[in-house]
Amino acid sequence: MEENNVLLRMEDISKSFPGVKALDHAQLTLRAGTVHALMGENGAGKSTLMKCLFGIYSKDEGHIFLEGQEINFKSSREALDHGVAMVHQELNQALKRNVMDNIWLGRYPKMKGLPFVSEKQMYADTMRVFEELDVHVDPKMVMSKMPVSQRQMVEIAKAVSFNSKVIVLDEPTSSLTEQEVEHLFRIINMLRDRGCGIIYISHKMDEILRISDEVTIMRDGQYIATRDARDLTKAEIIRLMVGREMTNQFPPKLDVASDEDILKVENLSAQYSILTDVSFSLKKGEILGVAGLDGSGRTELLENIFGAATRRGGKIFKDGAQVANKSPKEAIANGFALVTEERRATGIFGILTIRENTVISSLKSYLRGIFLNNAAMSEATDRMIQAMSIKTPSQKTKIQSLSGGNQQKVIFGRWILTSPDILLLDEPTRGIDVGAKYEIYELIQDLAKQGKSVIMVSSEMPELLGVCNRILVMSGGRLAGEVDADHTSQEEIMTLAAKYV
Amino acid sequence: MTTTKPASKQKGSFNLVNWLLDHAMLIIIILMAVYVQIQRPQFFGVASLVNIINLTAARLPMAMGVAGCIILAGTDLSGGRVAGLTAFIAAILLQKAGVSTRFIVDGSPWWPGFVILTVMAVGACVGLLNGFCMGKFKLHPFIVTLATQLITYGVYLTVSNSKQISSLDASYTTDFITRPLFKIGTTSVPTYVLLAAILTCLMWLIWNKTTFGKNMFAVGSNEEAARVSGVNVLMTIILVFMMAGALYGYTGFVEGARIGTSSPSLGLNYESDAISAAVIGGVSFVGGTGKISGVILGVFMMQLIMSGMTFLGISGNVTYIIKGAVILVACILDMRKYRAKR
Repeated sequence: MEENNVLLRMEDISKSFPGVKALDHAQLTLRAGTVHALMGENGAGKSTLMKCLFGIYSKDEGHIFLEGQEINFKSSREALDHGVAMVHQELNQALKRNVMDNIWLGRYPKMKGLPFVSEKQMYADTMRVFEELDVHVDPKMVMSKMPVSQRQMVEIAKAVSFNSKVIVLDEPTSSLTEQEVEHLFRIINMLRDRGCGIIYISHKMDEILRISDEVTIMRDGQYIATRDARDLTKAEIIRLMVGREMTNQFPPKLDVASDEDILKVENLSAQYSILTDVSFSLKKGEILGVAGLDGSGRTELLENIFGAATRRGGKIFKDGAQVANKSPKEAIANGFALVTEERRATGIFGILTIRENTVISSLKSYLRGIFLNNAAMSEATDRMIQAMSIKTPSQKTKIQSLSGGNQQKVIFGRWILTSPDILLLDEPTRGIDVGAKYEIYELIQDLAKQGKSVIMVSSEMPELLGVCNRILVMSGGRLAGEVDADHTSQEEIMTLAAKYV
Repeated sequence: MTTTKPASKQKGSFNLVNWLLDHAMLIIIILMAVYVQIQRPQFFGVASLVNIINLTAARLPMAMGVAGCIILAGTDLSGGRVAGLTAFIAAILLQKAGVSTRFIVDGSPWWPGFVILTVMAVGACVGLLNGFCMGKFKLHPFIVTLATQLITYGVYLTVSNSKQISSLDASYTTDFITRPLFKIGTTSVPTYVLLAAILTCLMWLIWNKTTFGKNMFAVGSNEEAARVSGVNVLMTIILVFMMAGALYGYTGFVEGARIGTSSPSLGLNYESDAISAAVIGGVSFVGGTGKISGVILGVFMMQLIMSGMTFLGISGNVTYIIKGAVILVACILDMRKYRAKR
């Protein structure tokens, strides 16, 4: 490793929060003209390390060198001015403003000699960056009118427009289609050829092995290893990440589905989304997967069954009897439960405690007279903490301080307390680390063993193949097909998923 | 990625119901005006229209000030009382020399131009306090400006001892603010209409053509995005509220001259009129959206309703009910645009 090639070096970075050592002598060395993947389970300290780089957190110990010069950024802007940019996973954009206003925010070009912003200059500069990156977006388009993938491209264009030498991409492909991922990779390769250093944070191993040159792995805030990507395999990465051999990504397949249908959906269509004419049935004890691209109507299917979205037509039968499910409240009473896709936005009540988060959907069962009984709520919460093996200091801990996996378990507990017959799970393992995913799979199987039925939407095909009995494939709002999980392939599912695109 | 397609599913299809709902507030007000016109045919006469325009010019600066605060996804309740305080300051500095009721005994009127700057500075100071508390301590704008509203009013009552100040010098009133520029028909257009026009142009330039203006919209749309892009969010918030405060100060100056007397009731509910006007004009409480042209239209529509009710002889008590209903309906119609259908 040539010393003069090093663009960015982070040495012995430590950072403590009350009660937690988030970073313990972490290290990272990024060389010019390389893509450097940063991997680790959630909570391993990847984002804390990046926040220390960008001055969002101030580090307790350690040194950061940019091209040999020690630096200590105080703000994202200072980092940007030094050519260090980050594309955040949760896009930080002023949605009501247009594309170019967002790109040049904080450094608008001025008209010569006047205190006014030059729109002409802004437009020309934006077009120049877009042409370079082969991005076709109208600079005057208002951000909120564009799909997430295009907004992501704008964010990347913004990073490039700073002439950044170091670009950090945090889960850049989570909202992109396959085609868009290809485009992103072309851009990344172009930046690499130009001599930029790219830090690529992702959970998707296939992508990492494909795009990156080097991989640094972190665990529990510590630096574990930096390896050449060519020498790594998935199994090796997982071993380094979790610190133990993970031969099985999934628990042994389970088939406890009975012959009787518990749910029958006929010609379901949505009023305000693309969901059109979907019919299927679900058996008692079955784990039914729903595959499809983003925007294919998977989430909308669950929301329509659950009454969280307005239905245009169609019927839902449970145990042979028609149910209306006009609102979530009614659906819950009918024995349905929905674990939503965006845990932070629509799942957890961040500032409330584990207990409050656990009992919120089953409050009626703790009523003694007109008041809620604390002991009963506490008992129910303890039961769920035990059953789900939730790792938390106490019931009174705020849920936002738990890891993603543990938050998800609390939400599972919340729904189990409503004694549902049918659980609708939307991306139940999104943003959850490898070890915790396994536990979620086991939880889902336990539910099936108890005779509950599960419909599970997922973007990760191996997960659907590994856990489900049957898989529905959605495409363009329609049901494109149904496959037996044991006798299908990712190729077959992908072909179906593209049917109505 | 290769094509730009809107995220909404129904593209281009014209929907009459949606169009009507999007413009419902305007339609309602126009219908109200038509009703008044049928009942009282002189309503749309030259005299009445010029009068409405004059009133619009008097109230527009405050509405533009508060609109900036709403664009930040905030609000400002201090406007009316700031105007009350600055009208008092202007009045005592510009009282006729030698009158027995003179508040500052043995003085003579200052130069009015200097007094304008003084009262705008006083307003800006209140704005500074508002903006600083909001940006620095992350307090909700509602509570901060409620507090400063009370403080401002209290300071005014304490200093003035609730006294009315009249006998204002002509250099302030009839030779300056209310001096007729020209006549349309028999109704004259006073100087403050010209001043309002100048201020409006200035505000338009600030909102649309300066870095500060663009930062204001960005902070209102997504504060965090603005912060990570290097926008000085605290300074932007402070400046928006200071600008608003200065405009309230200016409003007080004009109102003092227009009414000819400073009294504890001057400025009462001005802020709610200004907020209503901004909302009717499409400045959304969601933050990040609004136009100067909308604010002008909003103030004009507000004055049209007020003046229509006067024409119909509706009592001032009922006016409150109508104003309140207008705010509610305007906000409901506005949220309709931003609420995602599911």
